[in-house]
Amino acid sequence: MKKILSVVLAGAMAASLASCGSSGSKPAATAAAGDTASSDGAAADAGSASGDLTWKIGAQGPLTGGAAVYGTAVINGAKIAIDEINEAGGINGYKVEYQTADDEHDQEKAINAYNSLKDWGMQILIGPTTSAPTIAVASEAVNDNMFLLTPSGSAVDCTATANAYRVCFSDPAQGAKSAQYIGEHKLATKVAILYDSSDVYSSGIYEAFVAEAANQGIEIVDTEQFTADSKTDFSTQLQKMQASGAELAFLPFYYTEAALVLTQANTMGFEPVFFGVDGMDGILDVENFDKSLAEGLMLLTPFAADADDEATVNFVTKYKEAFGDTPIQFAADAYDAAYIIKAAVEAANLTPDKSVDEIGTALEEQMKTVSYDGITGSGMTWNENGDVDKEPKAVVIKDGAYVSAE
Amino acid sequence: MYKKQLVRNDEVAKMMSFISYLLNGLSLGSVYAIIALGYTMVYGIAKMLNFAHGDILMVGGYTAFIAFNSLGLPIPVAILVSMVVCTLLGITIEKIAYKPLRQANSLSVLITAIGVSYLLQNLAQLIFSANPKSFSSFVPLKPVKLAGGQLTISGETIVTIVTCIIIVAGLVTFINKTKAGQAMLAVSEDKGAATLMGVDVNGTISLTFAIGSALAAIGGILLCSAYPTLTPTTGAMPGIKAFVAAVLGGIGSIPGAFVGGIILGVLENLAKAYISSKLSDAIVFSVLIIVLLVKPTGILGKKIMEKV
Repeated sequence: MKKILSVVLAGAMAASLASCGSSGSKPAATAAAGDTASSDGAAADAGSASGDLTWKIGAQGPLTGGAAVYGTAVINGAKIAIDEINEAGGINGYKVEYQTADDEHDQEKAINAYNSLKDWGMQILIGPTTSAPTIAVASEAVNDNMFLLTPSGSAVDCTATANAYRVCFSDPAQGAKSAQYIGEHKLATKVAILYDSSDVYSSGIYEAFVAEAANQGIEIVDTEQFTADSKTDFSTQLQKMQASGAELAFLPFYYTEAALVLTQANTMGFEPVFFGVDGMDGILDVENFDKSLAEGLMLLTPFAADADDEATVNFVTKYKEAFGDTPIQFAADAYDAAYIIKAAVEAANLTPDKSVDEIGTALEEQMKTVSYDGITGSGMTWNENGDVDKEPKAVVIKDGAYVSAE
Repeated sequence: MYKKQLVRNDEVAKMMSFISYLLNGLSLGSVYAIIALGYTMVYGIAKMLNFAHGDILMVGGYTAFIAFNSLGLPIPVAILVSMVVCTLLGITIEKIAYKPLRQANSLSVLITAIGVSYLLQNLAQLIFSANPKSFSSFVPLKPVKLAGGQLTISGETIVTIVTCIIIVAGLVTFINKTKAGQAMLAVSEDKGAATLMGVDVNGTISLTFAIGSALAAIGGILLCSAYPTLTPTTGAMPGIKAFVAAVLGGIGSIPGAFVGGIILGVLENLAKAYISSKLSDAIVFSVLIIVLLVKPTGILGKKIMEKV
């Protein structure tokens, strides 16, 4: 029933475009339009009107509520990419229309947001932003075979359906990638780990790190935990890590605790290489934090706003001009998402007159062969699970700022 | 000969790390003890559990942070400002939230206290945002290195332990030697009889809240100096741990709060060091349960229970 509805909608859309069409140049589009809108006589002529056909790309995420910062970043990040794409002539020669919806980081509202975007005529979705809504929307959207690329849904289940792909690493992938990075760059062979055993994110990364460490010749000399109930005093854990002779301390948790850990390690003269993951991003923004404590801290993060490569500088400058903020990783993920869609659509030579179902099928196939260099990683490729494989960027803090570790 | 030397070095190193774990525990335990004093005094006098106590500590931390980092006041002035603000806050909370409920059953007061706790946390979040602030240590001492650098004792550890001992000694003297202290004892013994004997019960309760809150300010500053991240929930967990310490030591007893705090801190750190950092809380609370099963009034509770 839904499929029929979407075909009818697509037909209606093609028809409405046709009314203001001019003569087009893409014969392939004509044939395709004929297929999708066969029920509508006018639509058959619409195919020749490709000059005015547009892509309808939606984005969704929490724009209000506690997680608003993430959704806002995603929607703003994608907006910058889409403006750039339109300036440069659009996707496969067709301009892009962009519409957003607020899901309040709520699963029910995420479905509503998705439906309202679908009513608008969305063909491809950038989003949702957060994990739980992504899981909900992906399992709803699979019925329409709507292709969705979540910039930042990191839970494993976000890409469980065939139509869902992601730009960010999954939680376990970050742990494995960290171990690989440490092994390949020979940062250390003796590693001590401190993680939050009461947090899924932290323990997920920890488990994947341990599993991969064995393959990388990394010896884990000490493992220490803390919990949400006792995250004030880390001195005992740090002392044991120090006594274990670790050359590197892996800290897969958020920067609030990390600021404390670094201060206490400094007091006791524990100076290994400290290595964090994307949750560490933000440590330099802690008010009154002594940045010298973070000197030499490495973190594996897909994106650092302070990086000095041309693409990042361009994005950060435009983002600051448009929204007055320094973009966070979510914005960069969304920016890449728009360009990845462009790359996949052009590789599959799709045109906007195709149905949602056809676009979905084509993109799901195409994503497995697409390779993309973005600001959140170079050489991104995707597997059939929808998970990205990319070279993570490691940054190191030097003189109170992020610098690329390469 | 050489081998023997190595073995001895190894033993020395083990000994040094044990001392170091112990000192970490004493430092954390002293902070718990200072906070626990506030709980125990208020309980002794007003027979209520002031669950907002941990959050007054957080307010003390923020006040000191603003006074020192934003206004640039010298450290002693910043400490004083923080104590004054907390004292006024403590008295105000008592007057507005607890005094009208003095005749109500203890459950209502408990719920009110939890409400005040959330109110303070959320107000702090509104004013200071949830982003953490890094507290600059108020202790200018450099870490002391002993045994050829094998043992490092931070200035904060020394100051915290010393401050705690001074406070406990001072409080015990105050209660036993001064008129106001004797009035506190009288109120804790029997509120009705104390009134008949001409003791200003309301004034005494206010004084207790004032002292407890001023101590919370000191506890907050020491806590944030030793563990320098300040967030609106900074006081929540140490507050609960300190409450546990007060119960463990025997709630209502000042030496009990001290003993309970130290035991809790040392246990927590030794459990982390020698058993499992994951299970340290479980171990600490198991010990608490066992102690309370054996001695329901807490370690020092029996002798001077219900006294200040």
